[in-house]
Amino acid sequence: MIPEILQFGDTGFGDELVVGALVTVEIAVYSLAIGLALGLAAAGAKLSSSPVLHGIAEAYSLLIRGIPELLIILLVYYSGGAAIEALLKLFGHDGGFDFNKRLAGSLALGLIFGAFASEVFRGAFMAVPKGQIEAAVAVGMTRRQVFLRVRFPQMLRFALPGLGNLWMVLLKDTSLVSVIALDELMRETSVAAEATQRPFVFYLAATVLYLLLTIVSDFFRARLERHANRGVAGEAVPRRLLRRSA
Amino acid sequence: MLDLWIRYGDRLIDGAAVTVKLVALACVIGLVLAIPLALARRSDRRWIAVPAYLYIYFFRGTPLIVQLALLYYGLAQFEAVRESLFWIVLGDAETCGLLGLTLNTTAYVAEILRGGIAAVPKGEVEAAEACGMSRVTVYRRIVLPRAIRIAWPAYGNEVILLMKGSALVSTITVYDLMGETRSVFSRGYDDTVYLYAAAMYLTLALAVTGTFRLGERRMNRYLRAAG
Repeated sequence: MIPEILQFGDTGFGDELVVGALVTVEIAVYSLAIGLALGLAAAGAKLSSSPVLHGIAEAYSLLIRGIPELLIILLVYYSGGAAIEALLKLFGHDGGFDFNKRLAGSLALGLIFGAFASEVFRGAFMAVPKGQIEAAVAVGMTRRQVFLRVRFPQMLRFALPGLGNLWMVLLKDTSLVSVIALDELMRETSVAAEATQRPFVFYLAATVLYLLLTIVSDFFRARLERHANRGVAGEAVPRRLLRRSA
Repeated sequence: MLDLWIRYGDRLIDGAAVTVKLVALACVIGLVLAIPLALARRSDRRWIAVPAYLYIYFFRGTPLIVQLALLYYGLAQFEAVRESLFWIVLGDAETCGLLGLTLNTTAYVAEILRGGIAAVPKGEVEAAEACGMSRVTVYRRIVLPRAIRIAWPAYGNEVILLMKGSALVSTITVYDLMGETRSVFSRGYDDTVYLYAAAMYLTLALAVTGTFRLGERRMNRYLRAAG
């Protein structure tokens, strides 16, 4: 039933596509980790009273929001690579610098994720009801305890829907790192399409694999949100936090 | 850094013009197509609602770069397509890119509009019906104008995403701003061209944001007059 060129093994490209899809997931997970860290840091900076930190974080969001993802990937890989090489030379390292593609791709996608995530975190942080914080202070918690026991866990619950959306965007954006010849699903697909001269079959197969990733993510996202809201009755998340943020 | 601009600036500006043209056209055609799609998605009749749902799920669930490749490289595989009328659109990279961007943005805008329509207060619709307006009139006079106002900021966001997404048409050989940039880079491997491109895209994004702010102020001017 499956066309020969899509089968596994030496004659078909099926296994190459599946391996590509696994690389796609791998890149997405690395980027998520980088992006969450950057997003939290940038949200903290946006909420801080320091005008310098605030300015840096706002500029970061503005830049990422206005520059195409494709260009950011190329900038990180080529310009970033060149900058690191120049820096290494300054410290007397003369061998040149070979920027690992997975690292460059994940960094670029993480930068993009972080900029949008910072807005999600900021909104979620401000959505934590004042009364809860006052209650925590009233029972004698220190600032640190209020943050760790009340603010942060509550904020995560509010941030979850927005982060879920960003994960979907990230999953699709991984296809863009194919421009730096990183061997993820899109790259494997175009290689196979060219080798066999049957582009339609392969791009269609890639579409199906991306849809599968989307459907699986949708499933886990719903479960995670239900889990996070298990202790809440009624409408758990304020409506305005549910809109698509990217 | 400046001599790069002197040598290739014209090409980047030409590319930016192609980008603006593609985004403006996709944006207008997409909005026009999204209205019936959003209504279909809300329909009670399953044979109308389900195809609309699948269309939206497909275009939102797969990467634009794959959609473009499927349209431009994929469909060209078939001789029947190459000899059909569709080839006028699919055979040319630019029109094919426009088609891909339009199909994609239509799905996103339909979802945004659907949210806007759902947010129109029930009382207003009932009031219009009580005045004796027909279903079509209610939609034309009350629901759609209100929905577009509600969805406007989200729509502005989508136009910026569309503009950034339009850079992907460079992967199907269109010489838009990104396409020109990559072609200039491939000549001398001078990465300052990326910085120029980034500045130009940023300017376009700010222009889009500004336009939408103005539009929002104009649309809501009756609110200020009342307050």
